[in-house]
Amino acid sequence: MRKVFAYTDGLTRLPTHYCPGCTHGVIHRVVGEVISELGLRERTVGVAPVGCSVLAYNYFNCDMFEASHGRAPAVATGAKRARPEIIVFTYQGDGDLASIGMAEIIHAANRGEKFTTIFVNNAIYGMTGGQMAPTTMPNQRATTCPAGRDVNEVGYPIRMAELIASLRTPAFVARVASHTPEATIRAKQVIKEAFEHQVAGECYGFVEVLSICPTNWGLSPRESSSWLEKEMVPYYPLGIKKRPDEIKGGAHGHN
Amino acid sequence: MSKVLMKGNEAIGEAAIRAGCVHFFGYPITPQSEVPEYLAKRLPEVGGKFIQAESEVAASNMIYGAAGVGVRVLTTSSSPGISLMAEGISYIAACELPVVIVNIMRGGPGLGGILPSQGDYLQATKGTAHGDFDLVVLAPSSVQEAVDLVILAFQLAEKYRNPVMVIGDGMIGQMMEPVEFPAQEIGPPLDPGDWALTGCKGRPTRIVNSLYLDAQKLHEHNVKLKDKSRRIAAAEQRWETYNCEGKYDLLVTAFGMMARICKTAIDELKAEGIDVGLFRPISIKPYPYEHLRGAMDKTKRVLCVEMNMGQMLEDVRMAGEGTKPIDFFGKAGGIVPAVEDVVARIRESLGKKGK
Ligand SMILES: Cc1ncc(C[n+]2csc(CCOP(=O)(O)OP(=O)(O)O)c2C)c(N)n1
Ligand code: SF4
Repeated sequence: MRKVFAYTDGLTRLPTHYCPGCTHGVIHRVVGEVISELGLRERTVGVAPVGCSVLAYNYFNCDMFEASHGRAPAVATGAKRARPEIIVFTYQGDGDLASIGMAEIIHAANRGEKFTTIFVNNAIYGMTGGQMAPTTMPNQRATTCPAGRDVNEVGYPIRMAELIASLRTPAFVARVASHTPEATIRAKQVIKEAFEHQVAGECYGFVEVLSICPTNWGLSPRESSSWLEKEMVPYYPLGIKKRPDEIKGGAHGHN
Repeated sequence: MSKVLMKGNEAIGEAAIRAGCVHFFGYPITPQSEVPEYLAKRLPEVGGKFIQAESEVAASNMIYGAAGVGVRVLTTSSSPGISLMAEGISYIAACELPVVIVNIMRGGPGLGGILPSQGDYLQATKGTAHGDFDLVVLAPSSVQEAVDLVILAFQLAEKYRNPVMVIGDGMIGQMMEPVEFPAQEIGPPLDPGDWALTGCKGRPTRIVNSLYLDAQKLHEHNVKLKDKSRRIAAAEQRWETYNCEGKYDLLVTAFGMMARICKTAIDELKAEGIDVGLFRPISIKPYPYEHLRGAMDKTKRVLCVEMNMGQMLEDVRMAGEGTKPIDFFGKAGGIVPAVEDVVARIRESLGKKGK
């Protein structure tokens, strides 16, 4: 019989603690598969954030740091600069990366740190119970904006991929999604490319992954997928935003 | 090895290199900026890495990352910057990683000033950041001692896998003095042992982490850290006494540069037949309580002199346990008490009028 699915050794066999339907687990699997397929597991050091994925260090089957809230890019900078031979990635939520850790992510990207960031954008603070994130959609309800996000009060959601792509320092910047099998397959290709740029020592890699939080959105997983498609994708357009200059228009092309 | 004339901050940078530390992450702040400036030039010459962080918050997390992958790493800052580093320091202590932090203090609180101060004594020794942990804190009183203590700081950090702080006032960073560096150029590389994250080739994976969701496990971790503090306290107390051979009319306590000024005051008074002893803790954490108590036993009165409003005073009182009257003399704001000021205050304590 042909084997169509197997565990990736990029992940441990521990069951994750994520809520039913949450795509954090899907994104973990994709990252684990990429690390494994590229043969990087034994030279990789991951940095887990504070947020629902705080325990990611238990799930990735490689050496792992736990960072303080938002500082994963600084920890990754220290690790990668000290040992350039290791492969380093950060895994961060939107509260972690786009709020408290905004300075760290922008500056790490702008310095052109040679590590890879997986940025999980679920438009809400999951772990602390559904407060507003910098990425919460206009009029979306959250516990700290019970009437819905009022953009006149708190501004529009921040498009991190575009913000990072606006930096001049060479980088690989993309936005993908995880709400359907097709989107997830595409996400994997893009995450793989981000890691490949790091392996080649070329540039910083930033992959934003749109993700769902059924629990705090108050929707079923299926409804959440539709909501992501309908509400988030138009505001957060998918695609590769930037490739390092030297390969722009080359074999990979834009999409 | 011959002596060279060096500014304190630059000597601190060079000392780190001699200790085999070639990784630095930091952020500019007066009066310590010559350390990053010196290392920005020197580290590339020895194959090292210098990064100017975007903030002290980031710098403290960068040293966390570097220490976690098993290299020797230094950061330096001054008072408001150390407050921002508190986050990273707490995580580093929790994860038991070896780092060296130098604090060249300026006046506070708030933005304070840029002149010398000893106003961060309590922060360094008692309440650096959230949670139960202890730093090792060493306080030099000369540029030479700053060099020696920075090298010792790396040794202690690695021996105990604990953050070590070298704390000096702005004067130590800014003054020039002749210094001698140890003959050996670069120390052997740090042994990443069974804890550093280097990629899991040929071994099980490792995690550098400070999250313990199980209360009992966190309690046990806290107990382990406290046990380590006790071991450090038993083995690593350092202090100096001056003019403490026989009995004396008064014992002065002071640390860092202030102790040096007190020595000159003591010499002046000795010429007049007034005997004053000095007790200078070199490790202000662990504090040499019993040795200070021993020095106190040979006098009737104690005077604690500091460049703050009375921070070490609490430890001096603790050592004395109410057995001796303890006076205080301190100036803050960046005012460095002069020898005459200290002489006058000692006379006052002894109930003696001027000459
Ligand atoms: C310094 C600090 N501030 C606040 C918190 C509390 N906190 C934990 S997780 C979190 C939000 C995380 O949200 P996000 O990054 O969007 O991740 P998600 O849980 O949605 O995956 C906050 C505010 C903390 N742990 N540390
Ligand atoms: S709260 Fe939301 S983000 Fe967190 S695990 Fe549950 S579904 Fe996922």
